Amino acid sequence: MKLPRGNPSLLIGGTIVAMLAVAAIAGPVICGSDPLAIDLGSVLAPPGPGHPLGCDALGRDVLARLLWGARISLGVSTAVVAMTLTIGAIVGGVAALAGGWIDGVMMRAVDIVLAFPGFLLAIAIAAILGPDLRDLVIALVAMGWTGYARLVRGEVLSLREREYVSAARALGARPSRLLFAHLLPGLAGPIAVQATFGVGGIIVAEAALSFLGVGVRPPLPSWGNMIDAGRAFILVAPRVTTAPGVAIGISVLGFNLLGDGLAQVIGRRE
Amino acid sequence: MIPVTLGVTTLTFALIHLVPGDPVVAMLGDNAAPADIVGLRHAMGLDQPLGVQYLVFLSGLAQGDLGQSIPTHTPVAALIREHFPATLELAGTGLLAAIVIAFPLGIVAGANPGGAADLGAMGFAILGISIPHIYLGPLLMIVLSLDLGWLPLTGRGGLSHLVLPAITLGTALAAIVARMLRQSLAQVRGADYVRTARGKGLSETAAIMRHGLRNALTPVVTLLGLEAGSLLAGSVVTEMIFSWPGLGRLMINAISARDYPLVEGCVLVYALTYVTVNMATDLVYGLIDPRIRLS
Repeated sequence: MKLPRGNPSLLIGGTIVAMLAVAAIAGPVICGSDPLAIDLGSVLAPPGPGHPLGCDALGRDVLARLLWGARISLGVSTAVVAMTLTIGAIVGGVAALAGGWIDGVMMRAVDIVLAFPGFLLAIAIAAILGPDLRDLVIALVAMGWTGYARLVRGEVLSLREREYVSAARALGARPSRLLFAHLLPGLAGPIAVQATFGVGGIIVAEAALSFLGVGVRPPLPSWGNMIDAGRAFILVAPRVTTAPGVAIGISVLGFNLLGDGLAQVIGRRE
Repeated sequence: MIPVTLGVTTLTFALIHLVPGDPVVAMLGDNAAPADIVGLRHAMGLDQPLGVQYLVFLSGLAQGDLGQSIPTHTPVAALIREHFPATLELAGTGLLAAIVIAFPLGIVAGANPGGAADLGAMGFAILGISIPHIYLGPLLMIVLSLDLGWLPLTGRGGLSHLVLPAITLGTALAAIVARMLRQSLAQVRGADYVRTARGKGLSETAAIMRHGLRNALTPVVTLLGLEAGSLLAGSVVTEMIFSWPGLGRLMINAISARDYPLVEGCVLVYALTYVTVNMATDLVYGLIDPRIRLS
């Protein structure tokens, strides 16, 4: 792996994402404060010893909630992207390889879901299913799988015509072997780019759902519901809202830059 | 158009009726008397077979009847008629704000890629993409409304009430459009017909604005159409931030009140609006690119 020289997007984006991952994994442990511990003695307390970012309206440590929120936001986003990718790859791959009426039926189904505004679909599903994190993941997966299905189908259709695939087919490889051994490796690049942008998109969608009260529900911390809760006190203690707002912004920036950088790497290779 | 509309309608119905969980129990609470549950289930028609419910839903829809709101017994269609114009107004001005912000940035950046203006415009674009609606809205409220007192804080009224919500809604889209326009314009700049226009003696500005821009617009219009969904999604959040009396706020309040017929109606109207916007985008192509006139 060569160093990404002349590719600042990859470098900066990669650094931001790596730091986010460390913050989400190790942060809650190092910080030590309980994100759920209510202390009515330090309501909206300014930053100080023990509370580097101050406290929220219930006297809970903002930094602890921010770090636990990172764990939840990034955990949910990664899980959602992994699941949408798997479902999309299966639907798109099967449609492209099967062809005929199977392809027709599957892609019409994709068209209908795509004709539905995705975020509205997620709001409706999250609202109806319930308050679990699992329900939130299902809602976000329902919103996202169609894009990957289309991408994979298109890529498979074009890769299928390559010589190395024809050769494998001529040697008698079965469709499943063609898909997993020959087509998926070729798909990895475009999918990685899409998935990287996807994580940023899901972070925003999750934050918005939590802000609206149908995502991560209080008292569990999420960047979205932290902004919602801090909004009422924005004049007195703007940092309670600013901290999660900036966290979302930096995360989206990081994943977008990383996506741009990866796209450049792939573009150069081909 | 008709198969897609039917598909979207069916999906809305399936969403509300097939997803696990009993809306009647959810509305009345776990401690409700069994007789009340049976009564409400009957009143809502939920004791009928699913096929019958679907046909009732479709035939009601064909007559513009979306059922009744549970707590208020107001017809859902009337509530939507009351709130929908506010959402259209917000989405329309959001789109306008996006275009007004994006075009100067994209043109300045694309006309001179690599220059200082390009760097500044694209820096703003990256910021605009990264900042989430849910933070930008409250931020604008503090600075422009509470601190400076220039604009009203919340609610719907005259033009001044529209400014902050429109900027909140339009900024992310503006950033994406500005980037796309820059890309597209930078490509078109080197095209033969722009060189010819320059060769005819047109100034650089005229060559780019009159000959380059129009050709650079096709991908931008595609993008605007594709992003219509994100504009609708953003409008829900924006309405909640600014207490804007639109469909999004109606829907979110209906969700908290477990008012399923109203939720269903709102989701359906959003979906149909989205389908219509996508259709309209296809038609606009013909206007800006004569090569794709509909025959």
